[in-house]
Amino acid sequence: MYKKRSDGRKFDEIRPTQAKVGIIKRADGSAMFQIGKTIAIAAVYGPRELYPKFLQDHSKGILRCNYNMMSFSGSGERVRPGGSRRSKEISMLTESALSPVLDLSEFPGAVVDVFVEILQSDAGTRCAGICAAAMALADAGFNMKDLVSAVSVGRVEDKLVTDLDNVEEHYENEREVADIPVAIMPRTGKITLLQMDGICSKEQLSKALELAQEACKKIYAVQKKALTEKYKI
Amino acid sequence: MNIIKNHIHALLEKDQRLDGRKLDEIRKNITIEYGVSPNSAEGSARVKIGNTEVVAGIKFEVIEPYPDQPDKGTIMAGVELLPLSSPEFESGPPNIWAVELARAVVDRGLRESGAIDFKSLCIKKNEAAWAVIIDVYSMNDDGNLADAIGLCALAALKDAKFPKYDEKSKKVIYEERTNKGISLKEMPIPITVIKIKDKILVDPSLDEEECADARLTITTLEDGRVCALQKGEREPLTIEDVEKMIDLSIKKGKELRKLFK
Repeated sequence: MYKKRSDGRKFDEIRPTQAKVGIIKRADGSAMFQIGKTIAIAAVYGPRELYPKFLQDHSKGILRCNYNMMSFSGSGERVRPGGSRRSKEISMLTESALSPVLDLSEFPGAVVDVFVEILQSDAGTRCAGICAAAMALADAGFNMKDLVSAVSVGRVEDKLVTDLDNVEEHYENEREVADIPVAIMPRTGKITLLQMDGICSKEQLSKALELAQEACKKIYAVQKKALTEKYKI
Repeated sequence: MNIIKNHIHALLEKDQRLDGRKLDEIRKNITIEYGVSPNSAEGSARVKIGNTEVVAGIKFEVIEPYPDQPDKGTIMAGVELLPLSSPEFESGPPNIWAVELARAVVDRGLRESGAIDFKSLCIKKNEAAWAVIIDVYSMNDDGNLADAIGLCALAALKDAKFPKYDEKSKKVIYEERTNKGISLKEMPIPITVIKIKDKILVDPSLDEEECADARLTITTLEDGRVCALQKGEREPLTIEDVEKMIDLSIKKGKELRKLFK
């Protein structure tokens, strides 16, 4: 029985969330997204010419994402700088989570670079990174069908929980935790990122996805507010 | 770029700068923010000089002391020029500019100034000592990253608290932090001065950096002594230039020193 979350949150409650856009002046678009203690910063550069040339797509522009944890952003030991297998995978997942909303047909041969840096981590960094990246792309003024909001949901013992923190991710009995990062297009509810670590029944999984939909509505509101605040007249 | 370059040259003839500053004037809006990654890093800070922004974090590790320094710990400094901070920076391992900044501005300034007593980082002679790892990241390049990086490393060190070390298991317990900080005996402040034609100016903006014929980063201590120098760019400097630049850096170092009080 999982009775109480370490920070006293309700099981379906997300951590306090903050967002800001336009924080990096040199970039074409940028954003910060913080959920609990996890802080992600994203910057967009482009469209710009893509090299080496054979990577170019002559029908549309390409989205290229790079996710990186700063060396001091882990809770334990220093994270070795430079790419890891994990950061490579997350970079690729970030690309595929954002691609469905982004229209780059106007920019054949070009690349749009999104750089995500994690300043501090307390679980949920890939979701925070996706939230920040989506806002940075919107800030840069690209054609987008929708924003993307992301959160991790899951199971701890008998309870379904929203927005797992580090304590839950490293729960003492690791067989009793399932971590499910989900990214959602908020207007349609369509899913653009879905992963799971751990074991869930089909019923639990459906319920968890409902929790993700609810949580993403709240996250979307925070993202939208940050964007409209920058561009209000 | 040529238009801007010509304009910068023309203004300098009249001792003026593009952003209205005097030649010996540092940008006014300099801020230091401590604890920007308080839960992960044992020490962290953000420094802004105008729109130039960097963040730094400190991590502690326990190492076996080097055989030639059995009673000393050490520092390691890294700088990454993130592609997030400028369209000019590329992904990949630190390039020569990042390495120069890490070695010449952060490491040398701290090491040569004696700011950190390496003996105080020893836990047990020949067996265990602290390595203080300083990583600095550029967040927005609007000129003079060098000084921002140097200041930010200092600020993060000031913010740092040692984690607990368990001698029995020989493990660092990162979840538990002590109240003990790193005592900084000196505050080595780097000031970057550039020469464009025959003019000498401090705290270069991005456009001014592009026009620099020569560059000198001078790190000074509170009593006015110099503890590190690094010359850059292609043109030579005369002895008079160097003297003038050092005078300027001592004066400006004093101004920036106040930010830490």
